[in-house]
Amino acid sequence: MVELSGERRSRLSLRLDPILLLGILLLGVLGTVVLYSASGQELDVVYKQAVRIAVGLFVMTLIAQTPVHWFRETAWWLYLIALIMLVLVLVFGDIGKGAQRWLVVGPIRFQPSELMKLAMPMAIAAWFATRQLPPNTVESLIALVLVLVPMFLIVRQPDLGTALLVGSSGAIVIFFAGIGWRLLLVLLSAVAAGVPVLWHFMHDYQRRRVMTFLNPENDPLGAGYHIIQSKIALGSGGMEGKGWLNGSQSSLQFIPERTTDFVFSVYAEEFGFIGVAVLVLLYLSVVLRGFYLAYTAQDTFARLLGASLGMIFFVYFFVNVGMVSGLLPVVGVPLPLVSYGGTSMVTLMAAFGMLMAIGNEKRLMPK
Amino acid sequence: MASQALLIKDIHLEAKIFSRRLLLGVILVFGLSLLLTARLAWLQILDFDHYSDLALQNRVKISPLAPSRGLIYDRNGVLLAENIPSYNLEITPEEISDMPSLLKRLQQLLSLEESDLNRFRKQVARSPAFESIPLLTNLSDQQLALFEVSRHNYPGVEVLATLQRHYPEKELFAHLLGYVGRINEAELEKIDPINYRGTTHIGKLGIEQQYESLLHGQSGLQSREVNSHGRPIRVLDEERPTEGDSIVLTLDRDLQQVAYDALGDESGAIVAMDPRTGEVLAMVSRPSYDPNLFVHGISTKDYSALTSNVETPLINRAIRGQYPPGSTIKPLTALAGLENNTIDPATKYFARPFYQIKGQERKYRDWKRTGHGWVNVVDALAVSSDVYFYDMAHRLGIDKMAEMYDQFGMGSITGIDLPGEKTGILPSREWKKKRQNIAWYPGETLIVGIGQGYMLTTPLQLANFTSCIAMRGGCREPHLLKTQLSKEAGKQDLTTEGWQIELKNERNWDHIIEGMINVMHAPNGTARRSAADAEYKIAGKTGTAQVFSLEEDERYNADELARDLHDHALFVAFAPAENPQIAVSVIVEHGGGGSSTAAPVARQVLDAWLVKEDTKPDG
Repeated sequence: MVELSGERRSRLSLRLDPILLLGILLLGVLGTVVLYSASGQELDVVYKQAVRIAVGLFVMTLIAQTPVHWFRETAWWLYLIALIMLVLVLVFGDIGKGAQRWLVVGPIRFQPSELMKLAMPMAIAAWFATRQLPPNTVESLIALVLVLVPMFLIVRQPDLGTALLVGSSGAIVIFFAGIGWRLLLVLLSAVAAGVPVLWHFMHDYQRRRVMTFLNPENDPLGAGYHIIQSKIALGSGGMEGKGWLNGSQSSLQFIPERTTDFVFSVYAEEFGFIGVAVLVLLYLSVVLRGFYLAYTAQDTFARLLGASLGMIFFVYFFVNVGMVSGLLPVVGVPLPLVSYGGTSMVTLMAAFGMLMAIGNEKRLMPK
Repeated sequence: MASQALLIKDIHLEAKIFSRRLLLGVILVFGLSLLLTARLAWLQILDFDHYSDLALQNRVKISPLAPSRGLIYDRNGVLLAENIPSYNLEITPEEISDMPSLLKRLQQLLSLEESDLNRFRKQVARSPAFESIPLLTNLSDQQLALFEVSRHNYPGVEVLATLQRHYPEKELFAHLLGYVGRINEAELEKIDPINYRGTTHIGKLGIEQQYESLLHGQSGLQSREVNSHGRPIRVLDEERPTEGDSIVLTLDRDLQQVAYDALGDESGAIVAMDPRTGEVLAMVSRPSYDPNLFVHGISTKDYSALTSNVETPLINRAIRGQYPPGSTIKPLTALAGLENNTIDPATKYFARPFYQIKGQERKYRDWKRTGHGWVNVVDALAVSSDVYFYDMAHRLGIDKMAEMYDQFGMGSITGIDLPGEKTGILPSREWKKKRQNIAWYPGETLIVGIGQGYMLTTPLQLANFTSCIAMRGGCREPHLLKTQLSKEAGKQDLTTEGWQIELKNERNWDHIIEGMINVMHAPNGTARRSAADAEYKIAGKTGTAQVFSLEEDERYNADELARDLHDHALFVAFAPAENPQIAVSVIVEHGGGGSSTAAPVARQVLDAWLVKEDTKPDG
């Protein structure tokens, strides 16, 4: 028998990044603990969430074993499939009048925008990977079109929140690829200038929706109610919190969507500012570990993909907490790894799987 | 070489660019995390006392109060749409620990249908958990009693009394009123979410849709104090909803009934309007349906019965049915001829059994096998001579005819206050060019002149142009809303819009009206039988519209044809001829001849209106 060298042995083991895995597990466990309280102490909810995490971890482990060049080779296909499915959703949504975000094939319900959340950064990274960075204006603008088309389709569902998230997952890649500052400035000014024009062409009811979106206090029974109640829950948590299972706001059921979009409010009420600080540090460590894996990656594609996956994870966290604390409008973004829900958990874990796969590839080139 | 050069990349430059951007990313992540932490520190540490107080006082739940929908009356105050109490079984999802078993128990108790449960589950999925959601609407007395007896077994389930829409006249006004139904996703996008928070139903068709904004009203709010379990203790504050405005329509219930019955079991439509004001007095489309079926969400069985019916009961034929006008268009063709001096009112023309365009073989036949002999324009209208109009149309040309039809509203919507009105087709050179990219043929002018060929009109357009003739060009836009009974602004009558058709020679009105009177009252008039013993003078015009085109030498023989290939019977009229008070259009689908089938129907409507007006004059 030949002795296996250290390196060979590690190739046989599951190649998971221990630091990233630890962060994910801690957040997942914390999530189930909060969900138990938020759901009114329903073990069923905890059980289902645990199953989702387990399924997610399985998916992550599988993807982590994949060579990174597979991602680059499948990127365009995934992007194309996701794009076609987004169109299908719009077509069938028009007929069925029902929830337009879902594609139903037999027993399987699937949200194409979730696939796009992964396919978008992969495709944009693949686009830049075959070009010399920094990209010139034409290359940047083509990338921008690739970002805007699926965004437009998701806006039509209509799901403005998801559209912005999917869009930013692509925009982040463009940024990391080194888009010129001057072009960036021009694009941002164009967006700023486009807002009044868009406003001019909107219907009254659409304007009303935007107004409610920006100023939820307009709608004291809907979005405004959520925000007011959420802020009361956060604020009354204080420094140390009211203790697990003791949040009066959540047990009195004042916080709406308290197992999904507003789960952070329940957490902050029960664990206070100290708990919040711990949570922020946990998220930060996951994001920074992701950045580190991207930094040590061997080629441009892996670097761009890795960094954008880390960044988008942070964006989810930031938008969700910003939303429940009244900093940002309510867009319906769950707290990653903590909120109750199926599809988004698998998407997230798949993203972490890709990050780990990137971390597994040894650096071939010196820095 | 060039493509290879592209692949050789400056890897070090790329790594450097990326590292710089990643550093910016790290700075951004730290900055934003700091911002979040600061925001939470502000809420949780600085404002702790404030929010702590609020949390202690937070025993208030706010719920919407839906306004009651405005009522709909006919012109004499007869109720056409009302709100009657109904009982709903509602469930607040967040108060239920085991929803599947609860639903199973309720299903056994109240024998619920699977479709009810599915609708409920869907609504639960898209509503906040603290909102109560109806499981079953319109409970029967038996279901109500069954639930009340065992209600202590069902915490979180409540019986709530609500008002539901009811249409007492059922089929009679279905197409006019439309109905209300549950708000669907598409409508959800268009409505004001704040004002519709407590509202479950919205106007789907007809008047209910058209005047949704008047009928709906303004939603209110109620804040209630709740105990530590979330149960309401008392009402703290209430902002009452503002009821929707009631509206009075121009319709006359009794006239509608007469018109509805007059059509019998035939498919068709009747429109009656007051030419002086444009008020629509009756509008019938048969077959009809019971709009009450839709209020609770129609059962699949009922709905497929309605949609699979070949007679399409759901369609309002009066504004959406498009038919060739047939000979009813002849007064307008004649007016075009007179105004352009193509014909002289006194000159007689020998109407043979057929007409031929010079140099062409094809014979354009008259409906009368033997022809009509010597006729002037008044006679030609009375006997409905096709050949007279072929000749005139050929000399007049399509452009001048189309111009005249256009003035009377053909080819465009009348603007009636009902959603979904169709335009019909006003054929012209440009229209044909645009539609088929083929030049206009002279022969097509001939058949358009007698209301066949490409031309299509709605029954409402027919009544509308008849009104215009009755008022000698003083057209009034047809409308249904008579008065808005507003809580704030009081009673508001609607002013009528209209326009005037100016002729070069005002005398031309006399000629075509005389022709239309002769249709009814001359010994050779096509509809003389329908005017027999009338207490007033009628001006009318019969029409028979071909459903398919005959070959040149074919004769139409109803006995040999399938029912759905039979001609449509049409008739338009106004009366009294010298002092018009009502204009009517009638179409009986596949009814055969206008004089034999449609005119007698119109006579019943005219009698019902004019004889009634003699006994109790209308204000």
